[in-house]
Amino acid sequence: MKNYLIKGAQLPGGQVRDLLLEGGAIVQVAAKLTPEAGVKVLDAGGLVVLPGLVDLHTHLREPGREDAETVRTGSRAAAAGGFTAVHAMANTFPVADTAGVVEQVWRLGKDAGYVDVHPVGAVSVGLAGEKLAELAAMAASAARVRVFSDDGKCVADPVLMRRALEYVKGIDGVVAQHAQEPRLTENAQMHEGVVSADVGLAGWPAVAEESIVARDVLLAEHVGSRLHVCHVSTAGSVEIIRWAKGRGIRVTAEVTPHHLLLTDETARTYNPVYKVNPPLRSAADVAAVRAALADGTIDIVATDHAPHPREDKDCEWAAAAFGMTGLETALPIVHELMVETGLLGWEDVARVLSVAPSAIGRVEDQGRPIEAGEPANLTLFDPSARWTVEPGDMETASGNTPVAGRELHGRTVATFLHGKPTVLDGKVVG
Amino acid sequence: MKHLLSAKDLSREQAVLILDMAEQMAATQARQVKKLPTLRGLIVVNLFFEDSTRTRISFETAAKRLSADVINFSPKGSSVSKGESLKDTVLTLGAMHTDAIVVRHYASGAPYTIAHSGWTDASVINAGDGTHQHPTQSLLDAMTMRRHLMGPNPLGQGLDGVNVVIVGDVLHSRVARSGVDLFTTLGAKVTLVAPATLLPVGVETWNCDVSYNLDQALAEVKPDALMMLRVQKERMSAGGGGFFPSPQEYTREYGLDEPRLAALPKRTIVMHPGPMNRGLEITSGAADGLRSVIVEQVANGVAVRMAVLYLTMTGAEGGEA
Repeated sequence: MKNYLIKGAQLPGGQVRDLLLEGGAIVQVAAKLTPEAGVKVLDAGGLVVLPGLVDLHTHLREPGREDAETVRTGSRAAAAGGFTAVHAMANTFPVADTAGVVEQVWRLGKDAGYVDVHPVGAVSVGLAGEKLAELAAMAASAARVRVFSDDGKCVADPVLMRRALEYVKGIDGVVAQHAQEPRLTENAQMHEGVVSADVGLAGWPAVAEESIVARDVLLAEHVGSRLHVCHVSTAGSVEIIRWAKGRGIRVTAEVTPHHLLLTDETARTYNPVYKVNPPLRSAADVAAVRAALADGTIDIVATDHAPHPREDKDCEWAAAAFGMTGLETALPIVHELMVETGLLGWEDVARVLSVAPSAIGRVEDQGRPIEAGEPANLTLFDPSARWTVEPGDMETASGNTPVAGRELHGRTVATFLHGKPTVLDGKVVG
Repeated sequence: MKHLLSAKDLSREQAVLILDMAEQMAATQARQVKKLPTLRGLIVVNLFFEDSTRTRISFETAAKRLSADVINFSPKGSSVSKGESLKDTVLTLGAMHTDAIVVRHYASGAPYTIAHSGWTDASVINAGDGTHQHPTQSLLDAMTMRRHLMGPNPLGQGLDGVNVVIVGDVLHSRVARSGVDLFTTLGAKVTLVAPATLLPVGVETWNCDVSYNLDQALAEVKPDALMMLRVQKERMSAGGGGFFPSPQEYTREYGLDEPRLAALPKRTIVMHPGPMNRGLEITSGAADGLRSVIVEQVANGVAVRMAVLYLTMTGAEGGEA
């Protein structure tokens, strides 16, 4: 492995430093380091260095939907977006509800080698919401699963949810809930409100999310477990989580870049690229999730990267699949919406996109301080870069980005995974 | 006017133009030879993904009266079946040099998607999409109201000062949505009456009044036109045990029966987009009574659709509606 000297990068705290990477670790951080022979020098003037980003919510689609994404293409997309670890959701075919499947996904991640792939285990067998999957077996497997989720489906049965919350205590795990009351959202197509009334698409009420969030924080309090709320999308959910944290309930929450950026007004185009679960909400909800991310009520940004093949989006709205891609555009969107507006500083970005997701997922070698002796998982980001999103030019195998044609603020210039560059000069290596 | 996708897209001028053109078309239908050569050599496809006898026959008659060649195509399949994609169907029609596609689809927005996808150059006319819009229905309703309520010469006029009450399943109704949009564009005032379960969240932002009480609304509004919407049978067995407790209760609270009919002002016309559930939302006495213009609505439908086909297919008037 080559050694790298990163010259003149701005740390999240603001200091400009040189960093020497050797043998997978950061070995020196100093104001000025002189390269020894054989060390590759990377001029990072004007770039921000962050701990490698960690996504708690990624759909890599493999096994089963390799037409949408593979572990390899998804890992490349993640690296291109500055990520060094992703959590691969369990709604694959077959479902990741056994030690065998999570080890397969983990192994595919190792083989691809662009990011650390941490499989998420299903809470229930087949995501059917009826019976606990073998959570301990997945935790004890080579994949070391700590995050369990039926994402895509809600663990709607309150008894099953209670059992899952209790059971993961023994394996230091967390249940990541996709909060969607199924009866309130039968055939639902978009956020229920002014726009749905107008365009005639079946409504998905905010209360369908909020009622589950409220129930789950109370369950988590009752049994003293860790709960993570996936993709918070409504102002009401934010209020409930704020209240729960105030009571000392062990709840964490995530928001996606698209719920920070877009509203239900996009549905007026009937373009299914904007069809997503949970749906894009009102402008007031967008303002609420931004404020919650700024004040820490929402702990992290997670992408919910959900690739779909073209034919699943090239159709009428009701027939289209839910979901949008996000790995390659998350950091620029957070930069534009949260940093340029002064709502977050770079230390906060490091927290919401690396430190906190690592802590929630119990990933020990990610989200670490940028100091000598720490693993060399790093992202170099150029905040001044401007680029226009071309769906065909992305690393992900799917083109369903909601920001096609949009100019993004900043781009990932380099990513290091355990000291090895996965992205250099803005291009994925290899 | 290349497409007709939503009543919301129509300006007052465009709407009046269509209604005036429909009057001209209606006049030709009083002649002995009813067929006009206007669209000779052009192809109209009635693409109906959802069953509809009345609307399809109305469009077919309209197109044939204008000498267009008409092809009826009713693909089978459900919304979950990806077997035959909308895209492939439309590409196929495009390859056959179709000039206009009249679309009825169970998915809201499907006609919009066809018109804006780049899949076809044809004119797209929305013949009802999901719970979104049914613009030619609201145009034929407006034509009927104008004839009865706007004096002996309706040409050039809107519906200024007309009070319209629409009763029934607004939540699932494309007729109600198109009606609110078009009638208010033309200067009418609309009041929607329904149980709250059959009104969409967000209806409070619509350009109309809303009431949960039919008797109160009729007494206050004294409508010039009273439109009863069809209550679909499946709504009674939907999730949560249905949208209302029983057909009997619906009829009691929201049905047009003889006492309510008798209490209406003398000028009030009774309308229904059809097909009717006699005895549920409307009694036979009301449906067949002197105030009923329900059969006229059907006749006017042909004239309105002739006007819409003519204006979209010949580009006789600029701008996309």
